Amino acid sequence: MLAAIRGPGQDFPVLLHIVGATIVFGALLASATSLALARGETRLLRLGYYSLLLVGLPALILLRLSAQWIYNKQGWDKVPSKFQPTWLDIGFLVADIGGLFFLLALVVGGIGVIRMRAGKSGAGLLRVTMVIALGLIVAYIVAVWAMTGKPN
Amino acid sequence: MSFEDWIFALHVLGAATLVGGLVMSWIVVFAFRSVEDAQSTLSLNRVAMVGSAAVIAGLVLALGFGIWLAILRVAFHPWDGWVIAAIVLWGIATALILRSFAENSKPVKKARALIAGGDNGPNAELRALNRTSRGLVLRALASAAIVLIVVDMIYKPGA
Repeated sequence: MLAAIRGPGQDFPVLLHIVGATIVFGALLASATSLALARGETRLLRLGYYSLLLVGLPALILLRLSAQWIYNKQGWDKVPSKFQPTWLDIGFLVADIGGLFFLLALVVGGIGVIRMRAGKSGAGLLRVTMVIALGLIVAYIVAVWAMTGKPN
Repeated sequence: MSFEDWIFALHVLGAATLVGGLVMSWIVVFAFRSVEDAQSTLSLNRVAMVGSAAVIAGLVLALGFGIWLAILRVAFHPWDGWVIAAIVLWGIATALILRSFAENSKPVKKARALIAGGDNGPNAELRALNRTSRGLVLRALASAAIVLIVVDMIYKPGA
């Protein structure tokens, strides 16, 4: 019952969108948990960062591209933005603004990992990555609620 | 939003928690493969436990709210073929996931025993347990069952 009955040809992009979204969600969970429980341990700090980079980022690209595919297939691109429903705005807000925060988390965390490799402390920067990941987890929960419950 | 919409949203949130937890546990399982000492095994196990909790919570929420929704929605019934297929796949996935948890608890027990004995260096037996292919196979089969549930939910064959 993951989605209501849709028009023909929309199931596959919806499947890709859901696969992308759940993989991003899993990568964010893995990242935030590893970074929160690391206590300065290099292995967990690196796991937290590379979960985002190697799993989360490709899935985020899949999520966003498939979202655009469904958007065009359902004809939302022909509807003026002021007539578009709130749930769609919430979805794009989380995907696009959330995507920028995701990239910020990767850049900040990347500097942290490079600093650790050079023997300096990168834990503080990776803590910023963790905070962004936690924020994105909350944003994704709101997005899932909005996309399924479709308020407005 | 109607009451039915809320149940649907909670069902999908449960499903997202399940798949997200499964993705997280895959990440951790691959990280385990490079671990050879007891302390690192226990550290990584702390992360794995959060993933396991997410998977269990997701399994319960997705099934509970899913059946509730099938009863609430006029268009669907709990005895529809695609709903029954999903419930059967859910049962298979749950059994496989629980067995994979049991498999993955073996290196943790070994790591605790090693630490109790004062050994925190690389250990060949612990490394072998951390690389168990049995646990990987069980997890892969469970993941395949979950993917089939997602496909079944989206395409709703016979609906």
